[in-house]
Amino acid sequence: MKVAKRSYDAVIVGAGGAGLRAALQLSEAGLKTAVLTKVFPTRSHTVAAQGGVAASLGNSTEDNWHWHMYDTVKGSDWLGDQDAIEFMCKKANEVVVELEHYGMPFDRLDNGKIYQRPFGGHSQNYGKTPVSRSCAAADRTGHAMLHALYQRNVRANTQFFVEWMALDLIRDADGDVVGVTAMEMETGEVSIFHAKATIFATGGAGRIYYSSTNAFINTGDGVGMAARAGVPLEDMEFWQFHPTGVAGAGVLITEGVRGEGGILRNSSGDRFMERYAPNLKDLASRDVVSRAMTTEINEGRGCGTDKDHVLLDITHLSPDTIMKRLPGIREISIQFAGIDPIKAPIPVVPTCHYQMGGIPTNYKGQVVAPKDGNASSPVAGFYAAGECACASVHGANRLGTNSLLDLLVFGKSAGETVVEDIKSGNLSLKALPEDAADLALARMARLENQTNGTDVHEVRLAMQRTMQKHAGVFRFSDLLKEGVTKIMEVAEQAKHTQIKDKSKVWNTARMEALELDNLIEVAKATMTSAEARKESRGAHVRDDAPDTAEFPNGRRDDEWLKHTLWYSEGNRLDYKPVNLQPMSEDVDPIALATRTY
Amino acid sequence: MSTKRTVQFKIYRYDPDRDDKPYMQDISVDLEPSDKKLLDALVRLKVKDDSTSFRRSCREGVCGSDAMNINGKNGLACLTEVDDLKQPIVLRPLPGLPVIRDLIVDMTQFFKQYHSIKPYLVNNDPAPERERLQSPEDREELNGLYECILCACCSTSCPSFWWNPDKFVGPAGLLAAYRFIADTRDQEASERLDNLEDPYRLFRCHTIMNCVDVCPKSLNPTRAIGKIKDMMVRRAV
Ligand SMILES: Cc1cc2nc3c(=O)[nH]c(=O)nc-3n(C[C@H](O)[C@H](O)[C@H](O)COP(=O)(O)OP(=O)(O)OC[C@H]3O[C@@H](n4cnc5c(N)ncnc54)[C@H](O)[C@@H]3O)c2cc1C
Ligand code: SF4
Ligand code: SF4
Ligand code: FES
Repeated sequence: MKVAKRSYDAVIVGAGGAGLRAALQLSEAGLKTAVLTKVFPTRSHTVAAQGGVAASLGNSTEDNWHWHMYDTVKGSDWLGDQDAIEFMCKKANEVVVELEHYGMPFDRLDNGKIYQRPFGGHSQNYGKTPVSRSCAAADRTGHAMLHALYQRNVRANTQFFVEWMALDLIRDADGDVVGVTAMEMETGEVSIFHAKATIFATGGAGRIYYSSTNAFINTGDGVGMAARAGVPLEDMEFWQFHPTGVAGAGVLITEGVRGEGGILRNSSGDRFMERYAPNLKDLASRDVVSRAMTTEINEGRGCGTDKDHVLLDITHLSPDTIMKRLPGIREISIQFAGIDPIKAPIPVVPTCHYQMGGIPTNYKGQVVAPKDGNASSPVAGFYAAGECACASVHGANRLGTNSLLDLLVFGKSAGETVVEDIKSGNLSLKALPEDAADLALARMARLENQTNGTDVHEVRLAMQRTMQKHAGVFRFSDLLKEGVTKIMEVAEQAKHTQIKDKSKVWNTARMEALELDNLIEVAKATMTSAEARKESRGAHVRDDAPDTAEFPNGRRDDEWLKHTLWYSEGNRLDYKPVNLQPMSEDVDPIALATRTY
Repeated sequence: MSTKRTVQFKIYRYDPDRDDKPYMQDISVDLEPSDKKLLDALVRLKVKDDSTSFRRSCREGVCGSDAMNINGKNGLACLTEVDDLKQPIVLRPLPGLPVIRDLIVDMTQFFKQYHSIKPYLVNNDPAPERERLQSPEDREELNGLYECILCACCSTSCPSFWWNPDKFVGPAGLLAAYRFIADTRDQEASERLDNLEDPYRLFRCHTIMNCVDVCPKSLNPTRAIGKIKDMMVRRAV
């Protein structure tokens, strides 16, 4: 197959919130930039975000970034790096105000300022009382944000390659990244995008689970590509299960519903969160609420004929508030649960939602990996931002509204770093290795010629069911062990997938097979990392690390206050320290403490 | 015992790599109880015949990927209840745009029109330190406008767009134009009107209302178009 080559200053893979924010930085600096995306930019899954974006603007309740930083560190169960968290919380006002200037249609307060609502785990005064920190455009914040960012990119003349699927990362003999291979979906042809800098902003991989709030396209492509190219993946055992996915459908009901006053109830109508989180109640951190719901269901207090869900009640809110602040939620409830939340409560279950781990980066957006004794040595030419990256600001559990913020802050920061690195001459166009396209072409050829192979749908389903059963809301040591064996078997089957459709034109069967390769890397990383981490922390809670007087919540700071690094080759694990030191000398570290809400 | 649900499809098929010309394929598929929307049925069908090609992503009506012509009417597969559809379910690509393959159309022309209205806020005052202020009432003017998901259901059901896709902006683009005209933070309302002052770009709309009828987000492009026309008239006098 002949392979066309194109060269750029920078290539960005992904046009969701993170990719678009990074692209703006590059386009406005006049760099020759290509943005590759599997779907038209406004179809990226950022569009589905509902509740809001965090910033301590303090528009309706007093707030400051120190409180936000405290909440984020605590939410992360102290696994987040405090330098990156300080950076993000400090930058929040700037990037949200910028977004407003780009035209984002935020809801407004009577005084004309941006409307803010309370959200889980966000507080005033270091955990004391809920704070209104989530800047929202009704319950369509992600949609409003993604369109505003796309529109700003239209203004900046950003060059998009729409419906181009990146296949693999290109690294040279020094291990430096010099671009990607990609397939044009309309023609099936493979090209090389040769670049000084490559930024991954490919989003999450929630589709490794059977039940997920994620879109079909959230297949962890960037994470898979990085893993295949020998880059380790960080903290992949930490997955957020969102408390309120519509039972049976998986579609998300934002936490903003509870921010506006919604209450979770069990089969006897009890507001059970009062028992699990006496202070913040329904607005406790997501991992806490999801576990409480699962406990209620497991102990027989679930609702419905199968007692398999709980109810989210907003019938006490005025129809006016619902129509004004939660119109999209009402639409979703009517469409996917068949009920009008003005009149009846919504059936909900914890549903896989967000990948806390990812490609390791620092706060500048540079991808980092261990090299020559340095645990966080930058990989030259390689940058990442957004859900595919791990900065790490979310640690073991992300707070709601901190992801959209992460996209803006680290998308911008990665863009700024690339601009600096290119303008300073730090980065130049390194020669392409001879075998630049070989990996991608070999994968394509394997698919083309596979006979007596496995079925993509069957293998994907086996993976999703394995993940759901063996690495869910609660984790059990025997199930995890078995899970590792099972997922490695599934990975073996994935090496032999076969497709019937061999057309060159918009071949969705081929795309799904290529995506499965990426999902499998993510699933292996998750299961292996989870099995190895013998403690409970944030979203990772296991039966053999229970809550004791010596180790509250089962957290083992003596052994496990460290980041996991998983390598695809040999399914190998390594670890690196957590950065407990903020960036600025005059900012006190948030001292380790037991996490209660 | 759950009763088996089988649905019959009649689907427009065309793969330029293999087919000389398009044809309608008759095919049926057994659904699982959890398959509720047309998109669920299509995904199920794809397991049976992996060459069936269509776009999809969010499966909740916000990304705008899976617009198609369903039993003669444009809509999103993910928001269409499969049990409500008359069988065989006839699926065709969105009308009026070139077909790339099966249900996948080339949307270049549609996006070109969207881009032609300068779909971005213009405010040349120096950026203030904080957010620009906007009253809740002024913000409310944007409701019913900013929610568009660019699915193209409207424009591809509009006869004026079919005849002049290169000259008539179409309902989606005009809705977007009004979204910026109506934004109190934008300073280019009059340039935006100039941009539409042309026998085709705006005035090809003959208020046929197909667009309103099909919009899966219940938006009303005709009303937005009417408001732009009013503004043109008002500034002419
Ligand atoms: C339903 C839902 C609601 C949420 N609500 C909130 C909220 O209210 N607040 C909040 O802070 N967070 C929220 N989140 C989380 C947040 O929305 C996501 O983490 C975030 O939007 C991810 O953005 P991203 O830019 O990293 O990736 P995405 O928006 O997923 O974009 C990924 C991009 O990468 C491209 N891509 C992927 N693979 C390839 C490839 N191989 N080749 C080319 N392009 C590729 C895609 O085309 C796409 O453009 C929510 C998440 C979900 C699922
Ligand atoms: S009202 Fe105007 S834009 Fe809408 S379908 Fe009719 S002619 Fe087209
Ligand atoms: S106005 Fe409605 S039908 Fe038209 S593109 Fe927007 S969402 Fe789709
Ligand atoms: S799949 Fe996104 S709108 Fe239907």
